Amino acid sequence: MNFGKFAVSALSLALAFSLSGCGKTEDAGNVIKIGSVAPLTGPQTHIGKDNENGARLAVDEINAKGLELGGKKVKLELLGEDDQAEPKTATIVAQKLVDAGVVAVIGHLNSGTTIPASKIYHDAGIPQISPSATAVAYTAQGYNTAYRVMANDAQQGRALGQFAVTKMGAKKIAIIDDRTAYGQGLADEFEKAATAAGGEIVAHEFTNDHATDFNAILTSIKGKSPDLVFFGGMDPQGGPMARQLKRLGLNAKLLGGDGLQNANFMKLAGADAEGVVASSPGLPIDSMPGGPEFRKKFEAKYGVIQVYAPYAYDAVNVLVAAMKRADSADPAKVLAELPKTDLQGVSGPIKFDAKGDTSGGAVTLYEVKNGAWQVLETVK
Amino acid sequence: MDIFIQQLVNGLVLGSIYALVALGYTMVYGILELINFAHGEVTMIGAMVALTVIGVLMGAAPDLPGVVVVLAGILVAIPACMALAFAIEKIAYRPLRKAPRLAPLITAIGVSIILQNLAMLIWGRQYISFPALLPVARFHFLGASISLLQIVIVVLALVIMAGLWLLVEKSRLGRAMRATAQSREVAQLMGVNVDRVISATFIIGAAIAAIAGVMVSAYYGLAHYYMGFMLGLKAFSAAVLGGIGNIAGAMLGGLLLGVIEALGAGYIGDITGGFLGSHYQDVFAFFVLIGVLVFRPSGLLGERVANRA
Amino acid sequence: MKRVLDSLRRRPRLAFALLTVLLAALPFIMGFGLGNSWVRVLDFVLLYVLLAIGLNIVVGYAGLLDLGYIAFYALGAYLYAWLASPHFGLHLPFWVVLPIGAAFAGLFGVLLGAPTLRLRGDYLAIVTLGFGEIIRIFMNNLNAPFNLTNGPQGMNLIDPVRIATFSFGKPLHFHGLTLPPTYFYYYLFLAFTLLAIFIALRLQDSRIGRAWAAIREDEVAAAAMGINTRNLKLLAFAMGATFGGLAGGLFAAFQGFISPESFTLWESILVLCMIVLGGMGNIPGVILGAILLTMIPEALRYIGDLQRATLGHVVVDPSDLRMLLFGVALVSMMLFRPAGLLPSRQRKREFAAENGVAEQEQASLYDAKA
Repeated sequence: MNFGKFAVSALSLALAFSLSGCGKTEDAGNVIKIGSVAPLTGPQTHIGKDNENGARLAVDEINAKGLELGGKKVKLELLGEDDQAEPKTATIVAQKLVDAGVVAVIGHLNSGTTIPASKIYHDAGIPQISPSATAVAYTAQGYNTAYRVMANDAQQGRALGQFAVTKMGAKKIAIIDDRTAYGQGLADEFEKAATAAGGEIVAHEFTNDHATDFNAILTSIKGKSPDLVFFGGMDPQGGPMARQLKRLGLNAKLLGGDGLQNANFMKLAGADAEGVVASSPGLPIDSMPGGPEFRKKFEAKYGVIQVYAPYAYDAVNVLVAAMKRADSADPAKVLAELPKTDLQGVSGPIKFDAKGDTSGGAVTLYEVKNGAWQVLETVK
Repeated sequence: MDIFIQQLVNGLVLGSIYALVALGYTMVYGILELINFAHGEVTMIGAMVALTVIGVLMGAAPDLPGVVVVLAGILVAIPACMALAFAIEKIAYRPLRKAPRLAPLITAIGVSIILQNLAMLIWGRQYISFPALLPVARFHFLGASISLLQIVIVVLALVIMAGLWLLVEKSRLGRAMRATAQSREVAQLMGVNVDRVISATFIIGAAIAAIAGVMVSAYYGLAHYYMGFMLGLKAFSAAVLGGIGNIAGAMLGGLLLGVIEALGAGYIGDITGGFLGSHYQDVFAFFVLIGVLVFRPSGLLGERVANRA
Repeated sequence: MKRVLDSLRRRPRLAFALLTVLLAALPFIMGFGLGNSWVRVLDFVLLYVLLAIGLNIVVGYAGLLDLGYIAFYALGAYLYAWLASPHFGLHLPFWVVLPIGAAFAGLFGVLLGAPTLRLRGDYLAIVTLGFGEIIRIFMNNLNAPFNLTNGPQGMNLIDPVRIATFSFGKPLHFHGLTLPPTYFYYYLFLAFTLLAIFIALRLQDSRIGRAWAAIREDEVAAAAMGINTRNLKLLAFAMGATFGGLAGGLFAAFQGFISPESFTLWESILVLCMIVLGGMGNIPGVILGAILLTMIPEALRYIGDLQRATLGHVVVDPSDLRMLLFGVALVSMMLFRPAGLLPSRQRKREFAAENGVAEQEQASLYDAKA
């Protein structure tokens, strides 16, 4: 192949692509665009769609009530995007939303996508509120645009570790984590807190986020006879794990984070869910003002709440409250108002600290009793 | 000791599941030398169809015994998967039989993506739980706990493998299959309808996949449109480990891979003094696989492939 | 259109000039025509072209089916992160880190290639797949006992490329015009991609390239002709891995954050799809494959906008359809152009040949037939 010929074929290719571009559609002035990003394809789609639905419910409600900024009636529009839970796609999607002129973004779902995307939102100067990214690193980058409405791994892991030792009386503890940013982060914080409270870690085993067979690690744990097994991970693994734990005759309580505290876990674990304890940041939904109402509205529209829908719902409300205070949707003005947030969300009261984390957020512990999650207690 | 026995049991059950899926890979590979990437997805479709039937039956006739409901699910899932595999072969693979070998590999990947996303459209993004229909009797054997379902899975895998072996070695169709695998042209000259034999291979593999799919979802209590991918990959590795194209090899490879994974996860931490933990379970499995292939490049029971002159 | 191309073919120098202008202006055309996200897509297109060219050396030239190629991309990316991020407190400049990363990946190419020399076809595929997964699993877990990779949390705040005092990490404001970092990275990636294309084209026609072709077509005959098949196979692995490592380093600098999620088996398969789809062994084909498979999923995001524009509202959720259509595209392209969209001249000939010949060639391409 000679270079001349190569140049010609490359040129014709390039021409074909650049000609295929079409014009952009311009929007009306009174529509305010908000982005929502979560994985909508791949193994985590059920949780991703849940986030988007939570945000959409809030947007629909606000539109129905009517929103007025700067003396002008405005309408919110939610642009849902799919980041496939993949860091590379996350940055492309983030840029796409910035191009589309969103004034804020609710998302992303995973810490691994939230962190690379946060740089793009920061460069563009638009606020990002993640409903579910819990890695400590996300808000530790020094970006004034990064917020989250959920307790981070350190906050939740600490509460869980102390609770396990002091309230559940666990002495010998086995830990399993799923080697995702979420599971590993939570398990490490749990381990620190549990050890500090006087618990003994007898085993630390690992799995991954598409495993279904935990017999091997559970058998190995059984040999160390712990009285509590902590799992840092999500319900698709937690459900079968609870079943296999019982089946192997392992006499230990299963404890988990917010990844387990949901309806899907109950479904997947079946009768073996009984007695499992899990935490969830914030106060119990049903004891929050507007909580039961949220549940009813959400379930009427989208079915059972998976995990983080209430947080996505709250994130939109936090954002709109800041817009109202600023009387503008201008990202710079909204950013100035966000630190002053003080809102009663369906997931709990929301205030931010200097980094953008929720400050002093409560963590509530639940136990499965008679086939339903029952509140054990709320710890600060 | 009881822990070790339990780990062996864990590994054998997991291995039987791998083996059931691996049979489908190995049959298709043996005859076409095609890695049928979509096979894992056929397994998933089998589980999904069965779950749908089970759901309908439980709604319509709640008094039926659980075993009957599950059997009905399997009986619907088998023809569904057979039809699917027939269609896949006819539409996506047959036109490419003379193409370079990588082209059908790419279509196989494409078909796999299509099936996953179709399943997502039909059955949703949710994890679907398998209702508690089967008896949960457990037995204790040398300190290990074994459930009835686990025994059923292992026995079923052995029976199916034996049946398949008989089919390939003793029946007319089996002879045609072996002839086709040797040389498509010569088989054709001998009056073998090669197209029909290849279709039959896909269909039989799919029927086994349907059974495997239902077993997997009953055992772990869940099904998901994404479940086929990892399962398929592991099963394919098992088939290669045992010697791809060889039916007993698929069984051996599957069982071996299952046991290696279980023992690896259980003991790797103790062996390495805590340096490596159970997160290196897959690494362990892959190292064994690589080790076997490096020293026996055609797998454990595969025939040695002479260098082509 | 055809007439224009024909006349250009007769004037290669003019074609070169036009191509240079077009490549230089492309980010601006895309950026202002379609939005900045497309400049970012363009950057990823270039990264994937680089990866595809590297993998093409292994698969297309030497005929070694490698399903774990993304491991070298990961090694390059992690090496960049180790040497230029707060993780170890090292902040070496990119022109030091990138070559080290490429060499590091190349070394691993030899290390991983050596035990696989005896393997062929699909067995080689499964072993390389295993190596790819092993490297990813190590990256995911090496935060203890010593923190090498920060595990699943990934490595953050990786230094952007910096030339003298100019950092690629920040947008440039220039006469009221704001240029985001994606533009600078475009030109940087373009330079490396052009270099890679140049090397790959030269390699193809070299002694080494012909030796690879001989090994690909018939290894036994090649060895009989006095070709040192072992060294040449290792060289192919090393060359491919070097390109992968280079692309990985660029990726780390560009994203500023890497985690094991970026280096899954799916990425390896995607790059392989690119070269097979475009036309294995043929550089323009490989480039076309990389462009298409990076652009199509992004373009399919606009199904939603399209529905809104034509039907007034979204009937089918685009996220439901996107990957489905991607699968359909893969299958149908292969059904209609099984040799790839732009096959090399040799493979085109193989296809046009009589069935018997084609079959023989097919068997020789990956030599697993007994």
